[in-house]
Amino acid sequence: MSPVHYVALSVILFVIGAVGVLVRRNAIVVFMCVELMLNACNLAFVAFASMHGNLDGQVIAFFVMVVAAAEVVVGLAILMAIYRARRSASVDDANLLKY
Amino acid sequence: MNHLLAAGTNPGTNTDEIARETIYWILAFASVGAALAMILVRRAVHCAMMLAVVMLALATMYAMQGAPFLAFVQIIVYTGAVLMLFLFVIMLIGISSEDSVTETIKGQRLAAGLVAIGFFVILILGIGHAALGPAAPSTVATQSSNLTGLATLIFTTYVFPFEVTGALLITAALGAMVLAHRERTTPRPTQRELATRRLENGQMAPDPSPGVYALHDAADRPALLPDGTTSDLSVSTVLAPRSVTDAPPAVRPPQEPEALTADGGEREPAPSGRADS
Repeated sequence: MSPVHYVALSVILFVIGAVGVLVRRNAIVVFMCVELMLNACNLAFVAFASMHGNLDGQVIAFFVMVVAAAEVVVGLAILMAIYRARRSASVDDANLLKY
Repeated sequence: MNHLLAAGTNPGTNTDEIARETIYWILAFASVGAALAMILVRRAVHCAMMLAVVMLALATMYAMQGAPFLAFVQIIVYTGAVLMLFLFVIMLIGISSEDSVTETIKGQRLAAGLVAIGFFVILILGIGHAALGPAAPSTVATQSSNLTGLATLIFTTYVFPFEVTGALLITAALGAMVLAHRERTTPRPTQRELATRRLENGQMAPDPSPGVYALHDAADRPALLPDGTTSDLSVSTVLAPRSVTDAPPAVRPPQEPEALTADGGEREPAPSGRADS
C-alpha cells in the first residue's frame, strides 16, 4: 500500500471528526471527535514516516498521543466541573459568558 | 514479542501485497463506517464504542506501516486508558444522556456539512498535488529495531520536547486534581451529632429491609403476611421462654389503639410491646 492511501484515509477521518465537533452538542461526544481528529493526524504522521523511511514521524505521533492524553484528562475534569455546576453536559448550556 | 515486532516492521516478507491491500481496505471501510456512526448515533456510550473500533483499526494500520511500538501504545493508551476515562465520565454524568436533536443555531448542520465538504476537497487536492512517493524501502531505522530507533531519537534529538511533555503531564494531573476537587462547605458531622440527629428523628433502628411486612422494627414483633395476618414463625422461639416478649399476638385481643396510631399502620392493631418500654 502506498502512503497516499493512508493519508487519504486520515483526511477522511479528520473531516468526519471535524463535522462531529461542529454538529454534536454533547460535550463528551465533542471530545471524542477531537480524539478522532488527533488519531487521523497520527495516521498521517506514521504514513509520512514510512514514506520517508525514518522514524521522526513516529516520534511526533508519540508526542501527539501524550498531548492527547493530557488534553483528555484536563478536558474531562472541566466537563465534570461544568456538569456539577449546571447539571448538564450539553455545550449549549454553558453560556454564562454570553450576555 | 520479537517475532511480532519483526512481522510489523518487515513489510513484504511475511504477508504479500494482496493480503496487505485486503487488510487495508477492510480496516479503511471499518474505520470510516465507525467514524460516521460515531457522529450519527445519539448515545454517548455507543459513540465511545465506535471510537474504540476506529482506534483499533488505526492500531492495526500502524503495525502494517512499520510502527509496532505506536500500535501497542495506541491500544494501551487510547483504547485502554483514554477510552476508559471517557466511559467513566459517561458513567458519572449518566449513561442515558442523549444528545438533543434540536438545532440551536439555524442552518448549522448545513453549514457544517458545506464546510466539511470544502475542507475535504481542499485537503484531497493538496495531497493530490503533493505527489507522494511510494513507501521508502525499509531501512535500518525502521527495520527490526523500531524500539531502539525510537528511543535513540527521543533521548537525543527530541530530548527537550520529551522533557516538556513530562512537565505537561504533571501539569495535566495537577489540573485534573484541582478541577475535580470539591471544597467542603459545611463541617463534617461527627459521630455524636449523627447520634443526636437520630434520637431527634425518633427512629433508632434502620428501616426494615425491603420485602419485610412489619409494623415494628423490634425482633419480637411478628412479621405480617401478605394478607395482613401475622406470622408467629417469624418470632424467634427463644424469646417466648425467656418471657422477653408478650404472649403471641394471635391470642391477644386487639387493644391499645394509640400504639396503632403511633406506628401509622392501619392493617392490624399491634400488640403493645417493647416499642413503648
